[in-house]
Amino acid sequence: MLRVDRLNVIFGLGAAKNHAVKDVSFTAARGDSFGLVGESGSGKSTVLNCISGLLANWDGTIEVDGSPVFHKRHMSFYRKVQMVFQDPYGSLHPRHTIDQTLKEPIAIHRLGDANRRVDRVLREVGLGPRFRFRYPHQLSGGQRQRVAVARALILEPEIILLDEPTSALDVSIQAEVLNLLQEIRAERNLTYVLVSHDLAVVSHMCDRIAVMNRGETVEIIDRRQLQSGSLKERYTRQLLTASKGYDRAAIDQFQDF
Amino acid sequence: MTRKQKIQGARAWLLTDTPDSAFQAAAGRFYLGLLEFFHNRLAVVGLLIILALITTAIFAPQIAPFDPVATDLANRLQPLSAHHWFGTDEMGRDIFSRIVWGSRLTLYVIILVAVIAAPVGILVGTVSGYFGGSIDTVLMRITDIFLAFPKLILALAFVAALGPGIENAIIAISITSWPPYARIARAETLTIRNSDFIRAIRLQGAGPLRIITKHIMPLCLSSLIVRVTLDMAGIILTAAGLGFLGLGAQPPSPEWGAMTSAGRSFILDQWWLITMPGTAIFVVSLAFNLLGDGLREVLDPKSDS
Repeated sequence: MLRVDRLNVIFGLGAAKNHAVKDVSFTAARGDSFGLVGESGSGKSTVLNCISGLLANWDGTIEVDGSPVFHKRHMSFYRKVQMVFQDPYGSLHPRHTIDQTLKEPIAIHRLGDANRRVDRVLREVGLGPRFRFRYPHQLSGGQRQRVAVARALILEPEIILLDEPTSALDVSIQAEVLNLLQEIRAERNLTYVLVSHDLAVVSHMCDRIAVMNRGETVEIIDRRQLQSGSLKERYTRQLLTASKGYDRAAIDQFQDF
Repeated sequence: MTRKQKIQGARAWLLTDTPDSAFQAAAGRFYLGLLEFFHNRLAVVGLLIILALITTAIFAPQIAPFDPVATDLANRLQPLSAHHWFGTDEMGRDIFSRIVWGSRLTLYVIILVAVIAAPVGILVGTVSGYFGGSIDTVLMRITDIFLAFPKLILALAFVAALGPGIENAIIAISITSWPPYARIARAETLTIRNSDFIRAIRLQGAGPLRIITKHIMPLCLSSLIVRVTLDMAGIILTAAGLGFLGLGAQPPSPEWGAMTSAGRSFILDQWWLITMPGTAIFVVSLAFNLLGDGLREVLDPKSDS
């Protein structure tokens, strides 16, 4: 469904040159959930921005549904690939009601039948019709993120890119949103690409996971490996240890990679 | 249902957390803004003065007791009296009637300037801020050129080139007052354009036209409305200044600036000639400033909680 081959991103020129993504390759089949994990600055969000089209200065190949995408996206691309952003407080227009936010993509793609679509997608993400004419400031963080998911779903895409979808949320809300995402994926047979620094989230959500460090893929592992801890690379093991909480003895042994 | 119950019902309808329609949501938001605005007493005073100005302008023929341009040399330079409330000027014209009719000219100037300058400013600013790069450079350098001249001097130059008259004064003031709006709109756009909600709409396939007009402009609009309202006082003063210099409205039209100019030579012996139109300019300018301050508290996104 999605194939990324030798993706390279370089920011800046000369001394300020920053090779943010180096030869990253992976594939995700239809219905798959693929995870990208790594520390801050490892380039995982940059990969996502290249796929979504927010970044244009990349080299390599990105294929969606068997056909390569170009730097300038065609309108049909947006109906196939949608994205959910990290910060639910910044991703909704503050002066638009939920109704307006959800109707906008329908108007752009001239799909018609707006009221029924909005109503259905709101139910699907677990927000009733009573939320429909509220402004974002009248919603909680979790509710806003549900609206963001609804906005991604309304164009009926096949791939959804999730950029740390729960890291800005309360722990109690995180599980709710993750379960919602899982249900929707099963129901619609969607392909997910999930970026996260949280290994627990990734192991809950993803079948296969690419571990990234300094712009490179360290290794690609599956969920079973992550849960059993049978990891090849030392960096991945260190990341796993770090994710288990603060441990003085473990931290003293950490290395820079 | 009693009156009180009806009012309470309307309040509940406006303040509900679960509006049933887009109209109800918008009405509720407007009502909250209105409540906040009415907390500011001075702003309400400003609003009342401006409403009075508008009413005066509309009903000028009914309010003014005399013809504002009819000269009566036998009656020139009469002091304040029950017959001539604000006295008469050097041509024997009733000053009160002239001020009442002059309110039309004042409103005409500020409305036209706002209608011309604000859209130009917001368009230049948002386009320049959204696209950036060379478009931004070109548009902002043009803006800088206009900003580099003092407003009144540039307006004077334009009027001198176009010829005196109220229409040309309006064009000149409009040409000189859009650049600050462009600057404000650009600054707002720069903070908005990289926010996630703009990225989200871009990822849904929206083109620049839709993003600028439907997503960026509404967010720039509130600070722009505030700025335009605060600028109204400046516009009135510039129009009056042009009138004072003889480049705005031409005699015998009752423009307030031209009236102060005519009264200048009588300032020591017949003080009312210059004081009355001067006071009118002062009161209306002050009212716009007060209103602008009140609007800022309600509309400015930075003061939102």
